[in-house]
Order: sequence, then C-alpha cells, then structure tokens
Amino acid sequence: MNLAAIDWLVMLVYFVFVLGIGFALKRYMKTSTDFFLAGRSIPAWIAGLAFISANLGAQEVIGMAASGAKYGISISHFYWIGAIPAMVFVGIFMMPFYYGSRARSVPEYLRLRFDEKTRGFNAISFAVMTVFSSGISMYAMARLIQILHIFDGVFAALSIPQEYIFHFSILVSALIVLGYIFLGGLTSAIYNEVLQFFLIVAGFVPLVYLGLKNLGGWEGMMQKLPESFGHSWVGMGSPATNPLGVEAFGLAMGLGFVLSFGYWCTDFLVVQRAMAADSMDAAQRTPLIAAVPKMFFPFLVIVPGLIAVALPDQKAPTGMVYEQTAGHEEPMGKGIIPPKMNAATGQPVVNEAGHIELDYDLAIPNLLLHYFPNGLLGLGLIALLASFMSGMAGNVTAFNTVFTYDIYQSYIKKDASDDHLLKVGRVATVGGIVLSLFAAFVATRFNNIMDMLQLVFAFVNAPLFATFLLGMFWKRATGHGAFSGLLAGTLAAALHHGLSLPAGAAVGFKGGWLGSIHTYPSEMAQSFWTAIFSWSACFLVTIIVSLVTKPPVEEQLRGLVYSMTEKPSYGHVAWYKRPQAFAIAVLGMTVVLNIVFW
Amino acid sequence: MGLDIRMPIGLMFVIIGVLLVAYGFISDPAIYERSLGMNVNVIWGSVMLVFGIVMTVLGKIGAKNPPPASADAAPAGGRAAH
Repeated sequence: MNLAAIDWLVMLVYFVFVLGIGFALKRYMKTSTDFFLAGRSIPAWIAGLAFISANLGAQEVIGMAASGAKYGISISHFYWIGAIPAMVFVGIFMMPFYYGSRARSVPEYLRLRFDEKTRGFNAISFAVMTVFSSGISMYAMARLIQILHIFDGVFAALSIPQEYIFHFSILVSALIVLGYIFLGGLTSAIYNEVLQFFLIVAGFVPLVYLGLKNLGGWEGMMQKLPESFGHSWVGMGSPATNPLGVEAFGLAMGLGFVLSFGYWCTDFLVVQRAMAADSMDAAQRTPLIAAVPKMFFPFLVIVPGLIAVALPDQKAPTGMVYEQTAGHEEPMGKGIIPPKMNAATGQPVVNEAGHIELDYDLAIPNLLLHYFPNGLLGLGLIALLASFMSGMAGNVTAFNTVFTYDIYQSYIKKDASDDHLLKVGRVATVGGIVLSLFAAFVATRFNNIMDMLQLVFAFVNAPLFATFLLGMFWKRATGHGAFSGLLAGTLAAALHHGLSLPAGAAVGFKGGWLGSIHTYPSEMAQSFWTAIFSWSACFLVTIIVSLVTKPPVEEQLRGLVYSMTEKPSYGHVAWYKRPQAFAIAVLGMTVVLNIVFW
Repeated sequence: MGLDIRMPIGLMFVIIGVLLVAYGFISDPAIYERSLGMNVNVIWGSVMLVFGIVMTVLGKIGAKNPPPASADAAPAGGRAAH
C-alpha cells in the first residue's frame, strides 16, 4: 500500500486528539467514582453512543463484513433480533435495578441481590474474559497492520527487520489505549468511544456509497449475488433453505433470546456505560439511543461484505493485498476477496472438499484499498483502527473496575480508602493492558488456546441471563439457587457441545468430544442450541434449588427486585418524552427493517 | 464533566476536513480513478468540515447556556430506589 504524507497526517491528528482527551480529563479524576463510573455525570446521548461504540470492536467491523460476504444480508439478524430487543429490555426493565441499586458493577449487583460466591464467580470469569478479548483485539489489529503493509516503508527506511512490525503495532496500540484510560479513566474511554463512533461512520459511509454506485446501486449489486443474499427471513423455515443453516426457532430463541439478552443485559462492558449516565432517565435512555445507530449498522458493516463479493473477480489486482495471487492465470478469490494463503508454503489454503478457502476478513480492508485514494485512505484506516481501539478500551475499563471493586476491595483489602482505590484502578489499568499484551502473544503462538478459551467463555456466559431474569423478577430466588444454576448452566453448555457436532466438522473444538449423538446443519445452529440448553438448565436449577433453600429476607431486596422496587415515575412528562415511547419507536423501526429485507 | 465532548470532536473533524479538501485541490487527478472519478477528498472533506463546524458551534452554545444541575435536568424517573 502506498501511503502518502497526507494519510500519515490524518492519522497523526487522530492520535493527538485521542491522547489529548485523556490529558484534558486528567484533572477531573479526583475520586474512584470519577475514574470508574465517570462520576455518574454522562449525558444520555454520549453514554448511548459510547454504549454502541464499546461493542463496535474488531470482530464487529471486520467479522460482520466477513459474514456478510459469506451469508448475505441475513447476517443482519445479529442486529435486528440479536441486539435491538435486548437493548430495549435492558433500558426499560433492568436499568431501574442496575442504576437504582447504586451498584458500581454488574458483579456487585449480584452480591447485593444474591451472595458473595455468585459475585465472585461472575467477577473472576468476567475479568479473565475481558483481558483475553482485549488481547484478541490487539492481535487482530496487529495482523491487519501487517497484512496491509502500513509500516513496511517506515521500517525499511529505518532498516529495522519487517518481522518487528507485528510487535511494534501491538505495543503502540497498547500504549495509546493505556495512555488515555490511565489519565482519564472511564470518562476518557467514553469520550473517545464517541469520537470513534463518528470516525467509523465518517470512514465507512463513503466506502458503501462508492461501492454501491460502482455496482449500479442496490439492485445492481443484488443482480450479481445469489438470490438468498438479499433476504433475511425467506427460507428461515428450515435450516436447509437458508444460508445460515438455522431454523427460525433456533434463531429466535438461541440468538434473539439467550445469547443476545445474555450479552446486552448482563455484560458489564456495555452496562458500565449506562451506569455512568447522569440520571435514571439518562441510564434508561442509554441503550435506547444506542439501538438507533445499531439497527442501521448492517448498512455500514454488512453491506461492504456484499459489495466485496459482488465486484468482478480480480485477475490483476490493484491493492497490495492481492499481490500474492497476481501471476496466476485464473482469479482464485471471489470478488475482491483473496484466497487464504498459507504463510509457510505461499500457496492458497485448500479445504477438505478441495475448494480454495477465502480470507473473508479482508473484505473491508481490501475495499478500502480498492476505492479510497490517498487522503481518504488515511481516514479509512483510522476508522478501522478506531474500531479496534474502542473495543480494546471497553474491555480495559470494564476490567479495571471489576478488578478494583469486586476483586481487590472484596477479597484483598476490604477497608481500602477511596484514594487508595483510585490508585489501584490506575495500576489495574496497566496490569490489564500488560495481561492483554501477554494474551495477544499467546494468540500468535497457540491459535487453539484462543479457540478453547472462547468456547469456555461461551459456556460461562450462556446461562447468565437466566440468573438475572430470576434475580430481578422473582423475589424467592436465593443465592444458593443462583450459584448452582450458573454452574448447572455452564455444565449443560459444555455437555451439549461435547455431544453434538456441526455437519462436516471434525471432532474437537467444534464439538463431539464426548461422542457425537446429534449433528447440526451448521456451526451457528449448534451454538444457538448450546445456549438454549444452557439457559434452560440454569433457569430450572435456580428455581428448584431456590425453593428448597431459605428464602431471602424481603427487606434486603428493596431496589433489587421488580416487585420490591418503586418504578421510575414518568407521570408528569409528556407521553412522547418517556423512555417507553422511545422504546416502542425503536422496536417499530426494527420491524419495518425486517419487513423491507424480508 | 468539565470538558464538552462536542468541542474535541468538532475540532478534529474541522482539521481533518480542511486537510482533505486542501489535499484534494493539490493532488494529482489521476488518483481519483479508483474513486470512480470523483474527487472524494474535496467532497467528503467538505462534509466533514461542515459537520465539525456544527459540532463546535453546538458545543459553544452549550457552554454559554450550561444545562441546569443534573437533579433538575432530569426530573423524570428520578432515583427510583434508595
């Protein structure tokens, strides 16, 4: 790739602002609440955009375009039924407890509602997960910088060996994220997430515009794609008739209910943004405001995937990324998506069926190179880098809070002063980033370890929403019930995974390690059903164990359980200004989108 | 918090917008072949510039008329549980 001075200049401006925000906020960080909860002073619209931006990490931008290129517009299910309903639910029904209870983190809510062991289980598994997620973000970003040859020229000029580009990229990204969080805490992370939100939009809108214009608009693009790529629901009746290999029930229950509510309603990474809001009203609005851009993101992140496969196959490619395949007679990629290359042999990777595997993750990077001239290219690159960094920062701020409040203050030093906690928070920020660095390097060495960890996290996460649902809406649920339910749910997920296998997959990380008794039509179907089993196990076991254990003291549930909490009253506000009206509008718009892309 | 986020966002968009527009005028037209013949640096740079100015102005207006203290700003809902 040929970067010009202008591209470097645009990138430099971005980095100056990112760090500048941290410096500007430093003097406001006086208490631990300032650092971990942004002083609970963030207006709704900022919290809302940060809510969506923290989630807009690496796997979102790169991964959703990749899936779009593979499966078509039906991937928007991950947005329209896999996010919006849950975001509305957490805003309207759960925020009164999260925000109202004054809990400082999600694990702390579990401590207030249930008991210490339930909090400990959640806090520790969450802390480990955030470190690895931010490590994976770093790793993916460094890989991308390497593939795009961003620093090649610089390194060559300084005569530093090219293999250090990877390490350099990881270190630089870590230092920048460390810098702005260390200085300005959650406020700084939130402000940067908002900045990154606008940048991502500014970088991707022209990309989608140029791509669609080039292909002759939406209709023109669809003519070059299989019929199923344009529909999200047609063929969902049976796994055999849609590209995802999932049936409508598994999709609605597995993705739309268990996975999506489990993430949006219980993951402290996103909930933290709403907890930082300046009032109950703002906290309730945070996920609702976030839902509006969320429902339109498919057009920014999935459509580029469609454009990438709809373009003519490249024979004599232009961008650096294709160079590896130049010289072959026949185009080996699809559209502008190149084949996956085996780094050792320099030959394309061929799967068991004899087809060349495609590197779908390069859909967006290649599209940037394809359409953007110098100048705009710099902007496109920072949009991409911004998405990685906001994902990383989101994990780091969630980690330092959970570590400080739920691990340090709970188990290590119970009587710590607020000043001391603020210091611990800064140290935890450094610690979290160092651990992520470590995780990123582990990922380079042992790819399988990452697969395994992600699997374990999926098992731990799947049942969580059952615990919260019962905790918030059933006052009889007990601590013993919640804890045994979580264990049962995790175990059920592992068992189900161990006993089933997606069609055509080998026994191992894909499942079947306990002997395969059921075959799913696709990996997606398997993961949805793993979630459904896990959730059901947790739900049932929590109820049964709760009924045989001592009921909680009602007085202690005030503000934590639906029937024991005064509802936020909006009686004096005009109906259209209430969060409920906003929620209904959001759901209505989502229904319209589903119908348009039926 | 003492810093209005609209100011840095606005300022950054203004600077990047100006950079892109300026580069669009001095750059070799041949580089716009890949962007379908459109000088996207000038076009998109101007859009970013306008957005940046709007953000900055909004931030300035916000600074002149600070919102009432948060207790009054959001009477709805209040603090449900204590």
